[in-house]
Amino acid sequence: MLTLFLMLPIAGALTLLLLPEDQRIKPRVIALVYSGLAFAVSVLVFALFDPAREGYQFVQRFTWIDASSAGFTVQYALGVDGLSAPLVLLTGLLSLAAVLVSWNIELRPRAYFAMLLLLEASVAGVFTSLDLIQFFFFWELELLPMYLLISIWGSGRKEYSAMKFLLYTIGGSALMAVGFLLIGLSAGTFDIAVLARTPDAELILPGALVFWMIMAAFLVKLPVFPVHTWLPDAHTDAPTAVSVMLAGVLLKMGGYGIMRIPVSLLPEQAHTFATLLATIAGFSVVYGAIITLQQRDLKRLIAYSSVSHMGYVLLGVAALTPVSMSGAALQMFTHGTITGLLFIMVGLVYDRAHTRQIADFGGLMHHVPFIGVFMLVAGMASLGLPTLSGFVAELTVFLGSWDAHPIATAFAVFGVVLAAGYILWMMQRVFFGPPSTRWASMPDATAWWERTAVLGMAASIVVVGVYPAVVTRVIEAGIEPIAAIVGAA
Amino acid sequence: MADFVVIAPALILLLASGVVLFVAISGPGTLRPVVLGALVIAGVFALAQGAGGQNAEAFGGAVRVDAFSVFFAVLIVAATIAVILGGSEWIESRAQRGEVYGLMLASAGAMLLLTQSNDLIMIFVALETTSIAQFILAGIARDARSSEAGLKYLLTGSVSAAVLLYGFAFLFGLSGSTSLQGIAAYVAAAPEGGRLALLFAFALVAAGFGFKMAIVPFHAWAPDVYQGAPTVVTSFLSVASKAAGFAIVLRVFYVGLGGGDSYIANDWAIMFGVLAALSMTFGNLAALMQTDVKRLLGYSSIAQAGNIAVGLAAVAAGSTNGASGVLFFLGTYAATNLGAFVCVMAVSQRIGSDQIRDYAGLARRSPWLAGILTLCLLSLTGIPPTAGFLAKIYIFNSAIQASGASEFTSNLGAQMVGAPPFVANLVDGVVERWLVLVVVVAVLNTAISAFYYLRWARTMILDEPPETSALRVPAGVQGVVAVAAFGVVLFGLAPTPLITAAQHAAAALH
Repeated sequence: MLTLFLMLPIAGALTLLLLPEDQRIKPRVIALVYSGLAFAVSVLVFALFDPAREGYQFVQRFTWIDASSAGFTVQYALGVDGLSAPLVLLTGLLSLAAVLVSWNIELRPRAYFAMLLLLEASVAGVFTSLDLIQFFFFWELELLPMYLLISIWGSGRKEYSAMKFLLYTIGGSALMAVGFLLIGLSAGTFDIAVLARTPDAELILPGALVFWMIMAAFLVKLPVFPVHTWLPDAHTDAPTAVSVMLAGVLLKMGGYGIMRIPVSLLPEQAHTFATLLATIAGFSVVYGAIITLQQRDLKRLIAYSSVSHMGYVLLGVAALTPVSMSGAALQMFTHGTITGLLFIMVGLVYDRAHTRQIADFGGLMHHVPFIGVFMLVAGMASLGLPTLSGFVAELTVFLGSWDAHPIATAFAVFGVVLAAGYILWMMQRVFFGPPSTRWASMPDATAWWERTAVLGMAASIVVVGVYPAVVTRVIEAGIEPIAAIVGAA
Repeated sequence: MADFVVIAPALILLLASGVVLFVAISGPGTLRPVVLGALVIAGVFALAQGAGGQNAEAFGGAVRVDAFSVFFAVLIVAATIAVILGGSEWIESRAQRGEVYGLMLASAGAMLLLTQSNDLIMIFVALETTSIAQFILAGIARDARSSEAGLKYLLTGSVSAAVLLYGFAFLFGLSGSTSLQGIAAYVAAAPEGGRLALLFAFALVAAGFGFKMAIVPFHAWAPDVYQGAPTVVTSFLSVASKAAGFAIVLRVFYVGLGGGDSYIANDWAIMFGVLAALSMTFGNLAALMQTDVKRLLGYSSIAQAGNIAVGLAAVAAGSTNGASGVLFFLGTYAATNLGAFVCVMAVSQRIGSDQIRDYAGLARRSPWLAGILTLCLLSLTGIPPTAGFLAKIYIFNSAIQASGASEFTSNLGAQMVGAPPFVANLVDGVVERWLVLVVVVAVLNTAISAFYYLRWARTMILDEPPETSALRVPAGVQGVVAVAAFGVVLFGLAPTPLITAAQHAAAALH
């Protein structure tokens, strides 16, 4: 089942690349079919996931690289637990949405959709890999499509931003490879499930070093201050669908990775550095929010708000309690849908106005009510309005983190106040106020593909906000064993 | 007579070389089928020797055919075939095509002998035979650049040969034997008095071979020769010659020193570790500034040699899979670099330039070449799903494994007066695992290399082409690059057969 989830996008990408140029079937239709099927599989995985059962589910494994005499055996091992199952669903959902909002791409559509599907496959691989080397394989695989998507189909200083993204990620993950090899060699296996059974195993280097070698990659990806500077550039210059994927699922690779690998495999080090991480997190939340307040570009504003929101994830992880980590996992899921929707809405505005400067707008609610209303929904969710999903996640993080890191949590709560500030101020400047003559003829979002993507994302935000147990019962099942490992250390 | 059967693959190539040269002098004729035929027969013969599974010795043990030499024989023959097929357009257009074919066969034949050599004198003879043929090849285009390349290569090569010979003289003087087994026996006796002389001898030998491998600080010839020599020759040097260089280093240091068990193992582990770190860092930093593709590939090959030298350091430090790591890396590197060079040959021939900026928009003029070249560049960087990714992981894995096995102890931390115990322990921990530091340097270098490899790829894919006419490439060249690309992806997704072969070959050294 998971292999299917992984292979469908790859098959789609290959189909697109190998098809002859003049086809009656449009590339977008092929992409829609494959990403739709992948989404269906992800829904099935999530629905059939049984929170009552222990361990990984839908496991598939065989030996991929057999060099056992050299101590280098790599498995093809896939599986999901409560932590990754929601992220698998998120990947399926956002990839489908990304294909939909790219419906009007005209520049080399075959290559574009192929890269988008390859991106989906690599992210799916990261979330489902149970072998460190395989995990790293997919982690690096994501670089190529992302680089091309930004540098070919982006706007503005796209080549600069794409290269910056690439160098930050490669630089961060370089040391991660060393850390993985150190862990794998010390234990004699790269199997994450096996490694998690013997946490804090003896390493040939001080555990603290290995911990930071691995954390570096995830903190860059998350991202947190001071390694976040690639994110606003990448977001601003990326096409809408790529921003959706970037904010929605790629950043989650960082948060997921932290919980799955350094925290689960080196819990003692996680305890040692918890305060430091919480401090970084608290600072990141407030710093990100203050920078967000000053943004004049809609997309940059949402990009910086992601830095702030990802701080909550790190805070929840750093508190190392079951409640806080569940909150962090939930925050990853909800931020994915909320920010994904925000980027879609900004993309819709940009498509019509060809500008993203906040100062250029005003009173859009009169002209494009559909866009306005759903921007409002996403914005309210982003600032943590109750009954929308952001609220549940942030509240859980704060509740779980308060005892462990009161000061950092207080700072993070202050971040929510700032979030209300930048979201409402942005809404007021762009959508409210008197109708403007300049935008009087702006068409609303009426195409079926726009509406499907928007409504689907909005529905998930409301459903999780009103009835969070849909996701939390799965997440709790996933966090429980990790919390047990951390608690025992 | 039996001796000649043992070295038959090399002999076939050397004889064919003579025939080709003779025919070329006596008049025009089709040479290519003869050349390819000889190569294929030699390759099949080598494979047959390998399939027998028997180790064979000839000429009183001076030549030894084992799984190790067979691995390299197949690699070198395959690389030579690919170079000749991929470069046939250029070769066939030259008046000196007979010489090019003949010298390549001679050089390849001598390389086979080199990888089979088990005796210092045999090593030197084979090494010089292959080198002299390459000196002429580098200068064969007869324009200013090519002549400069040939002369430079000759001069550096001669000095290196002298240094190497000096080292051999020391080894012989110390051990009283020219055979590697004899030297190994001397080293195994661990004479403390001879330790310094032995280290000196091995440093000289490493310097002499360092020239063939193109590692810093014996690299200075590489960028100039790579740029000046005809691309066909450059690709031959960067794949076949480099592989042969690493093969003989492995054999001399592994067999002559008894792997990681000898009492000077730590010294040469550190030597190769330092050379590796220098090579990678220097090669990558210099490559950042290059605008000429051949010069860029020249510096890149220095950096890649550094990656392979990490494996040599791992061997010395007692890793059980360092040698197979080197072999696996060389196998994947051959496919990758051949793909890249054949693409460069085909493109440069048509656009009449080796400048990166003239590759602009290649993706629109020839999606096939641009796609495969990009794939090869990804592999050189080490990005999945290409072979380069796994080759790097594998070789770094062996180094880290060795750093766990090494018994090197540090008292640096204890000497740090006033340092808190936490810091002192950390320092000792890191110094004792210094090979991990080498790997850290290596992975950071990967990030640097991404910049210039991918900048080139970006130029091909993103920039506007000066003209949009499609580049027509003959089917033969397309076939060669397709096979190379297939290898790059195959070894990246299903590397087990190649790893098994590499392990089998490396085991023959024990």
